[in-house]
Amino acid sequence: MTLKTYVAQHGRQFGTLVGLLVLCAVMWILTPHFLTISNLLNIAEQTAIIAIIAAGMTFVILTAGIDLSVGSVLAFSGVVMASLLQKGAPVGVALAVGVLAGFGCGTINGLLISVGRLPPFIATLGMMSVARGGSLLFTEGRPISGFSESFRYLATGRVVGVPMPVLVMLTVFFTAWFVLTKTKLGRYTYAIGGNEEATILSGINVRLYKTLIYGICGGLAGLAAILLTARLNSAQPIAGMMYELDAIAATVIGGTSLMGGEGNVFGTLVGALIIGVLRNGLTLLNISSFAQQIIIGLVIIVAVLLDMTLKKGRR
Amino acid sequence: METEPVLQMRNIRKTFPGVIALDDVSFDLRRGEVHILLGENGAGKSTLMKILSGAYERDGGEVLIDGREVEIGNPRRSQSLGIGIIYQELNLVPHLSAAENIYLGREPSRAGLPFLPFIVDRKAMNGSARELLAGLGVNLDVRRPVGELSIAEQQMVEIAKAVSLDARILIMDEPTAVLTEREIRELFARIRRLKADGVSIIYISHRMEELFEIGDRVTVLRDGSVVGTRDIAGATKPELIRMMVNRELTQQFPKVAAPRGKEVLRVEGLNRAGVLTDISFSLCEGEILGVAGLLGSGRTELARAIFGLDRIDSGGIHIKGRLQRIASPRRAINLGLGFLTEDRKTQGLVLPLSVRENICLPSVDAFSRMGVVSRRREAEAAAKYRKDLRIKTTGLEQRVVNLSGGNQQKVVLSKWLVSRGDILIFDEPTRGIDVGSKAEIYELMNKLTAAGAAIIMISSDLPEVLGMSDRILVMHQGRINGEFSAAEATQEKILHRALGDTE
Repeated sequence: MTLKTYVAQHGRQFGTLVGLLVLCAVMWILTPHFLTISNLLNIAEQTAIIAIIAAGMTFVILTAGIDLSVGSVLAFSGVVMASLLQKGAPVGVALAVGVLAGFGCGTINGLLISVGRLPPFIATLGMMSVARGGSLLFTEGRPISGFSESFRYLATGRVVGVPMPVLVMLTVFFTAWFVLTKTKLGRYTYAIGGNEEATILSGINVRLYKTLIYGICGGLAGLAAILLTARLNSAQPIAGMMYELDAIAATVIGGTSLMGGEGNVFGTLVGALIIGVLRNGLTLLNISSFAQQIIIGLVIIVAVLLDMTLKKGRR
Repeated sequence: METEPVLQMRNIRKTFPGVIALDDVSFDLRRGEVHILLGENGAGKSTLMKILSGAYERDGGEVLIDGREVEIGNPRRSQSLGIGIIYQELNLVPHLSAAENIYLGREPSRAGLPFLPFIVDRKAMNGSARELLAGLGVNLDVRRPVGELSIAEQQMVEIAKAVSLDARILIMDEPTAVLTEREIRELFARIRRLKADGVSIIYISHRMEELFEIGDRVTVLRDGSVVGTRDIAGATKPELIRMMVNRELTQQFPKVAAPRGKEVLRVEGLNRAGVLTDISFSLCEGEILGVAGLLGSGRTELARAIFGLDRIDSGGIHIKGRLQRIASPRRAINLGLGFLTEDRKTQGLVLPLSVRENICLPSVDAFSRMGVVSRRREAEAAAKYRKDLRIKTTGLEQRVVNLSGGNQQKVVLSKWLVSRGDILIFDEPTRGIDVGSKAEIYELMNKLTAAGAAIIMISSDLPEVLGMSDRILVMHQGRINGEFSAAEATQEKILHRALGDTE
């Protein structure tokens, strides 16, 4: 493949990346503090949680689905894990159960969608409410706080200067990239989103794979719950509110089509970073969080508009 | 009839990344003529039409209507210039009535009365829709949802809509592809009526017979260029085919009988409530079994049941001598079955994926180790079939959405060859593809049977069924209503059985 055809085929990724770089340059000009190692690491750290959820969301959206429950599932996983930690369970066990709780919620979503034939929007809207209510009921509405140093190390620790959450994020994205581009699961993810019926006719167990994909999305929300709980030193039943929207935004800004079958996880990482850089930069510029919401909303709209225009031009 | 052209396209050029879709194409349309556009899939007919409809912008050249240069730019502009298009896939809202569809977006209201302009005057709308259809010689209940109408009736609704928009140039993209013989007659009668009213028609079709019946002139496109324009009166079929494909097609159906081997499929007493009744037949190595019948006679349903897509209520399916329960397509594929579906875009292909990924989709398991797919081995397999089947693509990584119909069909075929299917069910294998690709698919069927494969060919194209089958089953209302050997079958006999006669 020549460089030219490569760029033609993957132009969309470069577009998002260029957008991120331009954004960074603008922020750097406006506020020199932006481009310091410590601030950049700070951004990466703050982005990690949304980015990890968005990686799972990318799988789901590639199948032409959606998962509105990830924020609630994060809270549910968080409180389950935190209660185990408080009861003195070994850290490893608590983490595993936390991730499994997320995976379980996601699997239920997947079964409702693939076997129950519910539209993903409805199934996960239901789960969004159920998981949130479950977390509140489980904790009687109170946060669970105070954990061991070894647990908190997951958020505060650094390996050769890189914060743990950033390492986790990079591992997740590398794995997701590998799965999507190199494995059967990845191929089927794209195929299901591109044409579910043709995929069924090709002898692929679409129900199984769809269920698994929603399971993975829930499991990654559980993983994000670990990082959030460790960072806050507290598991809140109201944690992760609206995270689903940030995750969807990151995925869509990253060029994944809501119609399914098109997109990639690298774009999602860049999309999540764009949101992170905007938040960070605007805060450094002393712009109120109210105005920040407006700006982020506009960026989502403009990014997708640009994407659509570019795609149309290529056809 | 020498009159000033209604439409002239001059030196039209359109390129897509890596492809010249149209190169210096000129074409003109006279008042009240039916001008046929002929060409293999991928020759540029659709692109040319999309420029007229405003879906594409041209890169060069000019378009003149009534001698004046126009910019089309978007579909609305095209409409206001008097261009109407009847697409192969009809563009109607199934839940709305015929009248509502015709007047979608410009519903008549009770003007003059205060506060009432927002209320649709249903009576007036239904009345003028009825009138419009009557003008075309069509009589149907304009209040019925179009989803309940036959395809032919839906097509008439589309034509009525175009006429109501004062279309003077009507583009019809393969209008007969989904019609029965009688419906085609009626369509032609209406086309003649439109001609008499001074409407000019651009007619795209692959069916040679039709061109001579309905056309005035024909323009042949090949690889994005005009090969030539002829008066139908002076043109001959071999000449047009030669212009289209640039090679001689010696025989329309190059059937080569293969030696018949062991029985590979036997169906006994298959039932599916309301769909299939007491179906029994067998199929041998090297054999092509044609399945004829009208739309809705249960042909596709039979294929779906054998392929494990639909549950069967009773009956047995024996594959290679063993009774099998086929509960899923996976099982069917593992037993050596392949199913080339009727509609390649909605059932056969994953359009955003590449040629390689589509060809290998049913066989990903075989190319994977511990869940990791070997791209290299996939590419080897895909490259082999790309070469064997002469699939025209810029490469294995090209997305199938950008291929022409014939090449897409070859990709679907390759899927089942890579998965080592040797009992192949072809449902309308040549529908909507050009003569060149057709001949190639027939040749491929010969090659497959020579190599010992068994083929069930479901087709509505009777000459094709007669030309390619060793044996023919005729279905009627979910039953097999007649079986013929190739030697004894005739179009008449098949039609009688398809219509339910038992003699």
